[in-house]
Amino acid sequence: MTNPEPHSVPNPLTKNITADNVATPIDRYRENDGYCGLLKALELSPQAVIDSVQAAGLRGRGGAGFNTGLKWSFVPDQDKVPGPRYLVCNADEMEPGTFKDRLLMERDPHLLLEGMAIAAYAIGAERAFIFIRGEYFLATERLQRAIDEARAAGLLGKNIGGNRFSLDIYLHRSSGNYICGEETALLNALEGKRAIPRAKPPFPQVSGLWGQPTVVNNVETLCNLPHLISHGEEWYRQLGRHKDTGTKLFGVSGRVKNPGVWELPMGTPVREIIEQYAGGMLDGFRLKGFLPGGGSTDFLTPDHLDLAMDYDVIGEAGSRMGTGTITILDDHSCPLGLTLNLQQFFARESCGWCTPCRDGLPWVVEILTRLESGNGRAQDLDLLEELATGMGPGNTFCALAPGAAEPLLSALKYFREDFERHLQYGGCPFADDRRALLLPA
Amino acid sequence: MKIANTSEFLSAEEIAEIEREFEIYPTRRAAGLEALRIVQKHRGWVSDEALQALAAFLQVDTAELESLATYYQLIFRRPVGKAVVYCCNSASCWLMGSRDLQRQLQTRLQVRPGQTTDDGKITLLETPCLGDCDQAPVIMVGTAGGTYEMHRRLTTEKLEELVNDLQKVYGGSSDEP
Repeated sequence: MTNPEPHSVPNPLTKNITADNVATPIDRYRENDGYCGLLKALELSPQAVIDSVQAAGLRGRGGAGFNTGLKWSFVPDQDKVPGPRYLVCNADEMEPGTFKDRLLMERDPHLLLEGMAIAAYAIGAERAFIFIRGEYFLATERLQRAIDEARAAGLLGKNIGGNRFSLDIYLHRSSGNYICGEETALLNALEGKRAIPRAKPPFPQVSGLWGQPTVVNNVETLCNLPHLISHGEEWYRQLGRHKDTGTKLFGVSGRVKNPGVWELPMGTPVREIIEQYAGGMLDGFRLKGFLPGGGSTDFLTPDHLDLAMDYDVIGEAGSRMGTGTITILDDHSCPLGLTLNLQQFFARESCGWCTPCRDGLPWVVEILTRLESGNGRAQDLDLLEELATGMGPGNTFCALAPGAAEPLLSALKYFREDFERHLQYGGCPFADDRRALLLPA
Repeated sequence: MKIANTSEFLSAEEIAEIEREFEIYPTRRAAGLEALRIVQKHRGWVSDEALQALAAFLQVDTAELESLATYYQLIFRRPVGKAVVYCCNSASCWLMGSRDLQRQLQTRLQVRPGQTTDDGKITLLETPCLGDCDQAPVIMVGTAGGTYEMHRRLTTEKLEELVNDLQKVYGGSSDEP
């Protein structure tokens, strides 16, 4: 964490994270009000916890931005659907350009466990899984140690804090597969099946893991719960600077002076994040555009710098806040090349279930590749638009192809001149620009 | 379909580790991926024989387990080197020069992504985003034992040192020009 003024804004998500790369041990976590949110939640009814989270306006930090309390409220009563409930933490962080959940899991694993315990209590789950990336080796080690510590302290396991509530949390390590981050594909993966998305409805809250009611929440979403419950929804709502509530991890990567991740109020303007926290562009580089929240969000341009990082504000500008980790496109990097790179990622990670995704993405990659190598055709740009529209919402089971269409359509909109230059130039006009490659040591 | 004899093929250690996983899930099938990882940890990769033995042990069809094994890029259905070098090529690393790093690796190791050095020691793979984008460009090195180590903010010089270190530990030279 590299907040220039670490205490100038409230930082409930990162208050235990210091410059040292260590996981906050349980004793230090508890000294700093750790597990107080859980103990307070256990004094409330599960319904009261759900109501409080819903009223606080906490929205899913995985990218979709759905109201968390509302999502929980769809879990049916025991008399309607009897049997176990499951909570799943989606820790399969694999959206290109996203690096926020890793920080929380590696540096303050108890915050996630406490958040999970609160969510599990609210929905009536006694078994929870953390679905974690196989590549997140350090986070896995540290979370397992934290689970063991919490169990030894009576904060996980049977009758937590002397209450009737019991919870076991297990780690499920994935093995490198983007589609597993889609919540119904994730459920298939947890059941030991090939991770292909399921048709919705039924939604997981009604019929999820092994056909039982299941809630899937992102790491950062769950990490918001301890302080939300401890301090209440009014306090939480006031953390935001705009319409959305709470704080959020925002990040910047690319050619800026100080790439990193910072906890800031919801609604912090993009300009402040890039210029103040990330230190602005490296000397010799100018901002050409940016992806506001990962590879599946639409490009925005310098004209959008004064927008607040709020779900609806970024949405109205034609993009999505997504994961809130900004990827910077500089003026020496080829917009078509970056778009091709993203499409190659989505083509590779497609599960192959739906035709627009399975066949559309490789076609897009083929067209962008020929444009990049100087073999483009005049009608290619229109063809790309047609394909991207076909991959858009409503034509596939999940959001992978629509997500891939977002940077493609917006690149065609904002960087059309650069695409056309490829046709005129007979190849990539950025290809010989060494500044776009490795920086000297 | 010929199914290998499970108890003869899987070691007692592997069976003990897989059985611990059964406690976590309500079905044996759900332990499939972790069981594949356990076998790979002990054997370096998942052979056809291992897959068949494992499927019998998990009480699932071999084809079903195969559909898992081939779905995940960290599970190997072919032998790999003692070290696997994962070169991140997603957006942030691409913007920060991962193409140069990959070219350098290909030249130094004389392999293309998906290939292993002639002495069988180092495998080069491309990987999607590793979630360390503010430290781009990054490379992850995996070992047969199932550990992973990140190398961050790489430059030509740092990568040269990393390859030298890997070759000292694992070998990984190539006779081919």
